Amino acid sequence: MKLDSKIPEGPLSEKWTNYKASQKLVNPANKRKIDIIVVGTGLAGASAAASLGALGFNVDIFCIQDSPRRAHSIAAQGGINAAKNYQNDGDSVERLFRDTIKGGDYRAREANVYRLAEVSGAIIDQCVAQGVPFARDYGGLLDNRSFGGAQVSRTFYARGQTGQQLLLGAYGALSREIARGSVKLHERHEMMELVVVDGRARGIIARNLVTGDLERYAAHAVVVASGGYGNIYYLSTNAMNSNGSAAWVCHKKGAAFANPCYVQIHPTCIPVHGDYQSKLTLMSESLRNDGRIWVPKKKEDAEAIRRGEKGPNDIPEDERDYYLERRYPAFGNLVPRDVASRAAKERCDAGYGVGPTGLAVYLDFADAIKRLGRDVVEQKYGNLFQMYQKIVDVDPYENPMMIYPAIHYTMGGLWVDYELQTTIPGLFAAGEANFSDHGANRLGASALMQGLSDGYFVLPYTMQNYLADQIYVGKISANTPEFDQAEQSVRQRLQTLLNIKSENSEKSEHSEDTPSHTVDHFHKALGRIMWEYVGMARNTESLTTAQRMVTELENHFWHEVFIPGTADEFNPELEKAYRLADYFELAHLIITDAMHREESCGGHFRTEHQTEDGETLRDDEHFMYVAAWEYHGHGQPETMTAEPLNYEHIKIAKRNYK
Amino acid sequence: MKFTLHIWRQENARAKGHFETYEIDNISADCSFLEMLDQLNEKLTNDRIAHPVCFDNDCREGICGMCGLYINGRPHGNDDGITTCQLHMRKFHDGDEIWIEPWRAKPFPVIRDLVVDRTAFDKIIQAGGYISTTTGGVPDANTIPIPKHKADQAMDAAACIGCGACVAACKNASAMLFVGAKVSHLALLPQGKVEAADRVRKMVMKMDELGFGSCTNTYACEAECPKEIKRQNIARLNRQWIGQLFGRDRRD
Repeated sequence: MKLDSKIPEGPLSEKWTNYKASQKLVNPANKRKIDIIVVGTGLAGASAAASLGALGFNVDIFCIQDSPRRAHSIAAQGGINAAKNYQNDGDSVERLFRDTIKGGDYRAREANVYRLAEVSGAIIDQCVAQGVPFARDYGGLLDNRSFGGAQVSRTFYARGQTGQQLLLGAYGALSREIARGSVKLHERHEMMELVVVDGRARGIIARNLVTGDLERYAAHAVVVASGGYGNIYYLSTNAMNSNGSAAWVCHKKGAAFANPCYVQIHPTCIPVHGDYQSKLTLMSESLRNDGRIWVPKKKEDAEAIRRGEKGPNDIPEDERDYYLERRYPAFGNLVPRDVASRAAKERCDAGYGVGPTGLAVYLDFADAIKRLGRDVVEQKYGNLFQMYQKIVDVDPYENPMMIYPAIHYTMGGLWVDYELQTTIPGLFAAGEANFSDHGANRLGASALMQGLSDGYFVLPYTMQNYLADQIYVGKISANTPEFDQAEQSVRQRLQTLLNIKSENSEKSEHSEDTPSHTVDHFHKALGRIMWEYVGMARNTESLTTAQRMVTELENHFWHEVFIPGTADEFNPELEKAYRLADYFELAHLIITDAMHREESCGGHFRTEHQTEDGETLRDDEHFMYVAAWEYHGHGQPETMTAEPLNYEHIKIAKRNYK
Repeated sequence: MKFTLHIWRQENARAKGHFETYEIDNISADCSFLEMLDQLNEKLTNDRIAHPVCFDNDCREGICGMCGLYINGRPHGNDDGITTCQLHMRKFHDGDEIWIEPWRAKPFPVIRDLVVDRTAFDKIIQAGGYISTTTGGVPDANTIPIPKHKADQAMDAAACIGCGACVAACKNASAMLFVGAKVSHLALLPQGKVEAADRVRKMVMKMDELGFGSCTNTYACEAECPKEIKRQNIARLNRQWIGQLFGRDRRD
């Protein structure tokens, strides 16, 4: 496969300007003749559809929820980064760019990241104009806070609900376009297949989740903004319905998939408490502004806490190990997520973990409450504290929170060039669904920035460069053999799944026949394998084990899963099943990618490659590239093409937060 | 813990629904309400008792607004300031009988079991629940200072998650708290003032057209709102409504 990243000529700071000045545009009269499909209504999808609709294109947008306002971007808590330098603390486009490249452990593309930093300020302007109620100071101007991996305060926030407010802003803009008729909304619809005609993306097959009908949609271009694949681990901070299938079907139709092994594990989540648990709840990174993370210095104390004989408040100050402040004095509790997660795991593995399972550390606000007063802390973090109390039934104003790392975000995704176009012409990917900006680790408050940057300020330009030629092809028809075949393959796949076990098949315990299990049974089992062997620490041995176990489990799944009901009705079990079937295939690719990357970088930690004090050890000589994988059919090994990362502007260094 | 569950079952929008009773045992007190239903569904499926109970859910952390069950006569169950996914079984007693119903309101027709169609809310927003900006060409974010207390009030109103509990709680199935929250959020900000009069008129008319009832000031909506949106937002909506009828902003 040939990869052309299409990075414009010129110095880094002028690339985007040069690109915009010389790109092709579609004239207003012709825009009306162009159809675009957008899959997903999160920050990237909603902002792209709203902007493209406002420009005059005909847009069809799809979401699996009952309303576009429910996409999982809504759950982002802490904030959105922008290089506004309103605090006069030394921020700039250049610094945001550098922090993001360094945060990503030098595995992201310079030109894309620079553009992201460049448009970050305009995002905040746009959101304020839409009525996003960002936090303000007493003078009425916008307030900021700090996030991990930065030494400036550049994070804008709306209490602990920043994602919600930004999404409602984009949803408002989208709703306006729907009312104007430029965008047509298809809620409770799921993309099942990409239709490729003569090598170009020309439409999708969508399943109406209420009736089960398969519907055809044709267009001149398709944007996939369907989020990440973190739910492959079953327990994650993602929403229950978040899934990787839309991106995965694109991959199977020829779009390269980049860096699948880069998975972000968020350090501050509420720990796992039982095997019935369905998801993990994130406690915002913003809490690390004022919260201090610690475990007891003495193992005996940790053991006593685990047995319930001691509480955190029984441990005197000098018996506490503030291990992040100890190991990383320069950044302290605000080290990037991958660093904080590994440090927590290290302490727990060494026997200092707290909580009933020993898999938790403390996040303590006692100092902040003493320094700022309870009122100020409540104003800043009130809703997070309330959320914690509802789940754990412990008052975080009186006792420190207990937290542990959990799967949160996937940096890997569909490979895209500078224009956010995949290797299939006419297929674009935006937001978490693409791989482009975060390298091997995403900094906090950068996901919202990237989603909105892609949707508001990148795609509306770059897509026109592709669409300028498309005015000659006329309306795309959905009555072609390619659509017939795509629809037929989806129908067959659903029927195959439903046929594995019939309603009459015996339940597991009493069966002489092969046992039967629910979809969740298999999903939980897959999640356990992935977390145990392809999680925070990986090595050749664990990955080999994972490969074998996933193959076995997948085989069981295709013989033993029982899906009640039919394909012609509202049937959530069937939805879960086809998404899980895709996860099995994706799991193999994640493992293959993790196996091939013989280095540690960002969220990808290979225990064979670490420094003496347990930090990641990159191998820039051999692995300073993006790994783009190509699909060759079910069960066939995928082939990898490397896109070298040429750092022309930035000086490569060891990532150091000490 | 052990529970007797009476759950509304309805195959589709046209079918006649009824309550079905199921027993469930071995439920941990730390388990969430939806995780309890997950375990029930696991049992119903494994033992081939019935099709799993359908219920909407997504983020399971109280922000997406997807979940919403009417539990023992209260939207989102017997606790304040939470969504159904944030309700934990420790709020119940061992051996309790629990009645579980979908939102009951004419504008929210049942899709299956406990799942309802809330697209009416989207239609109200589409009628004008936004500020008419297009991408680009907007002033710098700090050009217009906004007093902190105004921004805070706007944020209080903007916290609405559009779950529909207010409508379900209201004996008239009125959407006044939902509409009031959006009208307030935008009218409190200088950016939203420009279209405020038009907005309130269009949204209220759309609300009426879609079959939501009138407000008779009993404030069950406020009592049940998972985000504790205040009834003052309804008052503000009424002021805006009167204002657009008689005030200077009147257009036609």
